[in-house]
Amino acid sequence: MTDPLYTHLDNGLTVILQRATHAPVASFWVTYRVGSRNERSGETGISHFVEHLLFKGTPQFSARALKRAIEREGGTWNGMTGMDATKYYATLPAERLDLALRIESDRMVNARFDAADVQSERTVIIAEREGHENSPGWRLGEEMRALAFRVHPYHHAIIGDKADLRTITRDQLYRHYQTYYAPNNAIVVASGDFAPDVLLARIADLFGVIPAAAPPPPVTRAEPPMAGERRVHLTGPDPTAFVHMAYRTPSVSDPDYYSLTMLDAILDGASAQHRSSRLYQALVETELATAVSSSYGASLDPYLFSFSATVRDGESPADIEAALQREIERVAGEPVAEREMAKALKQVQAQIAYVTETVGGQASRLGTAEILGDYRMLDNLLARLQAVTAADIQRVAATYLVPTQRVIGWYTPQAAAWERSRP
Amino acid sequence: MSLESPTPRGSVLLPGPHDVTRHRLPNGMTVLVRENWTSQAVVLRGILRVGSAHEPRDAAGLAQFTASLVTRGTARRSFADIAESIESVGATLGVGCGYFLTTFGGKCLHDDLPLLIDTLGDVLQRPTFPPEHVSRVRDQILNSLRQREANTGIVAYQTFARLIYPPDHPFARSVSGSRDSVANLTRDDLAAFYIAHYGPRDSILVVAGAVQTEAVLVLLEAALGGWQGATRPAPGLPAVPNLSDIRQETVGLPGKTQSDLVLGAPGLDRAHADYVPMWVANSILGQMGIGGRLGERVREQAGLAYYARSTFDAGLGAGPWYARAGVNPANVERAVGLILDEMRRMRDQPVAAWELADVQAYLTGSLPLDVETNESVASELMDIELYGLGLDYLYRLPGLINAVTLADVQAVARRWMTPDAYALAVAGPDMVTG
Repeated sequence: MTDPLYTHLDNGLTVILQRATHAPVASFWVTYRVGSRNERSGETGISHFVEHLLFKGTPQFSARALKRAIEREGGTWNGMTGMDATKYYATLPAERLDLALRIESDRMVNARFDAADVQSERTVIIAEREGHENSPGWRLGEEMRALAFRVHPYHHAIIGDKADLRTITRDQLYRHYQTYYAPNNAIVVASGDFAPDVLLARIADLFGVIPAAAPPPPVTRAEPPMAGERRVHLTGPDPTAFVHMAYRTPSVSDPDYYSLTMLDAILDGASAQHRSSRLYQALVETELATAVSSSYGASLDPYLFSFSATVRDGESPADIEAALQREIERVAGEPVAEREMAKALKQVQAQIAYVTETVGGQASRLGTAEILGDYRMLDNLLARLQAVTAADIQRVAATYLVPTQRVIGWYTPQAAAWERSRP
Repeated sequence: MSLESPTPRGSVLLPGPHDVTRHRLPNGMTVLVRENWTSQAVVLRGILRVGSAHEPRDAAGLAQFTASLVTRGTARRSFADIAESIESVGATLGVGCGYFLTTFGGKCLHDDLPLLIDTLGDVLQRPTFPPEHVSRVRDQILNSLRQREANTGIVAYQTFARLIYPPDHPFARSVSGSRDSVANLTRDDLAAFYIAHYGPRDSILVVAGAVQTEAVLVLLEAALGGWQGATRPAPGLPAVPNLSDIRQETVGLPGKTQSDLVLGAPGLDRAHADYVPMWVANSILGQMGIGGRLGERVREQAGLAYYARSTFDAGLGAGPWYARAGVNPANVERAVGLILDEMRRMRDQPVAAWELADVQAYLTGSLPLDVETNESVASELMDIELYGLGLDYLYRLPGLINAVTLADVQAVARRWMTPDAYALAVAGPDMVTG
């Protein structure tokens, strides 16, 4: 595949165009540098709420016209909100890509934010949150974040707290939109079967006329180190116990990001299946847990290296916790074998090949990488991981996976309440 | 303005007779291969003719339990060997189970295909059902069944299925079985089920991706050509009576916030003449955009739900047609009223001409997007072979979709979307304790 075209318009819009001709399709993504990271208490969930309202139309295109226009071409479109970014995409037959450009350039500044739409979407989002609340694992995750971050906005769930979802006003939503939706705070990425120079000219026509806005306010509430371990124990009628452990770890811009990524691959594998991984062998094959995983992702500000395990019926969460601790001590104490390092790298190589199979996957990855610092991050990932040594892995495990910098969460069933409800 | 593509575009885009090779092994396995060299990835998807419909009634979950054990050790490889070799190259290998079929498959990079195919041949032909793995997997299934019993969406669907299918019909019970049934299944039960039902007759294997057709056929002949396992046809299905009334059941689950509801009736199978018009009608009612007319009414206008949509499961058996939504318990009655109202509207009035034209444009226009990945190509080719649609099906499909008329849509709505004879199951917060 050829290198993407990468440029900026005069108004600050970043443009990345990746030509791919394997199918007559193209995907267009606009990524804004805004997410739950940019939210303050009283306005949690506002980024996701704004995302919903961008599907409610502009003076030029009604909500119904937007939906019909995409669907009549056989296209798909959606939006998604994360901690660090909000993304919109449409995937279309390649020759109809212009439609996505017209919709996205229009709603970057002209979304209506009609008061009636704010009201009906408010209850939709509360219903979305209540669907999540049905899952004890989701509730435990929400408590874990809140415990891990006292100061930084990563402390609240992306969907927001119900109190804020009920009370955020139309004007607050519109102000958030005006603050963050501007060309100088956005990245447009296209991937697919098109001529990059022709497409760039059209993007310049449509997006170039949108004026730059004042730079959005910086996120100032950096999280201080933890003074000691924090714990939460939830109970409820759901019948299966879970153990979560999360350690505070650095952001994507830290040199240790790659060593921590390798550490995650060594513990949990970097493949879709991970039955040969250290954690699976130590917890599932020993019949303590029925499922286990670790995860470490790229984030703009320091976030978490997390473990989660589903407790086998009859086993104790304390034993699960001890088994996880033993695996952490093992990886910090003994160098990882050459063969295990090679396995992790081959898994990453395969995953890269798999995710870049679709135009949507390519475009999404490029936008995310640019938000996190460099659109070429995925191209360089394998080389950066190859440079990680066994000593690096030991060092980051010993530095970051330490008890004072962790949060531990248990969910355990109240068996009596559950049994009572059975017919 | 329209963006011109620099690539000369022929009419050949979709998988079809020109680029799919169909080959039958002497033991009865049909192989379909489609080469695609745009990346190094290769996808395998296969089916065997055995599923939960083959289980004795008191052994619910046996077929899926057996499928879960097949990759847990063979005469040549331990479970650890299988996991280590497959995962070391970033590949996957799995075996799963449905009502009528056992599915198998995997994904890997081009260079690792010989390993994947050899391992696949081994697990399908020589599983040993190691006792310690039978016991471990049983515990995992029991844990997962416990979790499912507390999942409002799953409980609502299973309650709905029990309301519309007779107790001895496979659709009335979960493929996973129940905690009581799975607890009683032994290693001997699994081994006996395997010997009785796993074989290549009428099986299908699709390969899509970075492969040379001739080379992959040689690999498959070597790994699976000698397989001679037994198969038996599934027992005949009990008749499913049409509903003549309204059946309702509500299940209270403590500790929940939201209720899931499922409302519908027995539907049609894939071979039914109504299939394409029903696909079009159901898209209008409950699929287009974020849930068709149901999404528009229940979510966009009333703001009652994050999701509201309808589905029909037309496969080898006549699965149900149903609408579902997740709503606050206080809004269940209102949401059900809106869903019934939209079902009546589909029956009482023809849909608008523009609505039909839109859905036809969408279903035909999305075909190139639907076959962008090797996974989706493999899945389309599997359906083509399984239902005997013909290799040119994706080329004929736009014509079939565009032939559907306003009258056809109304006729299938009247036949299958029945607002006076349906089952409604709701699972949500336990009002007594919650």
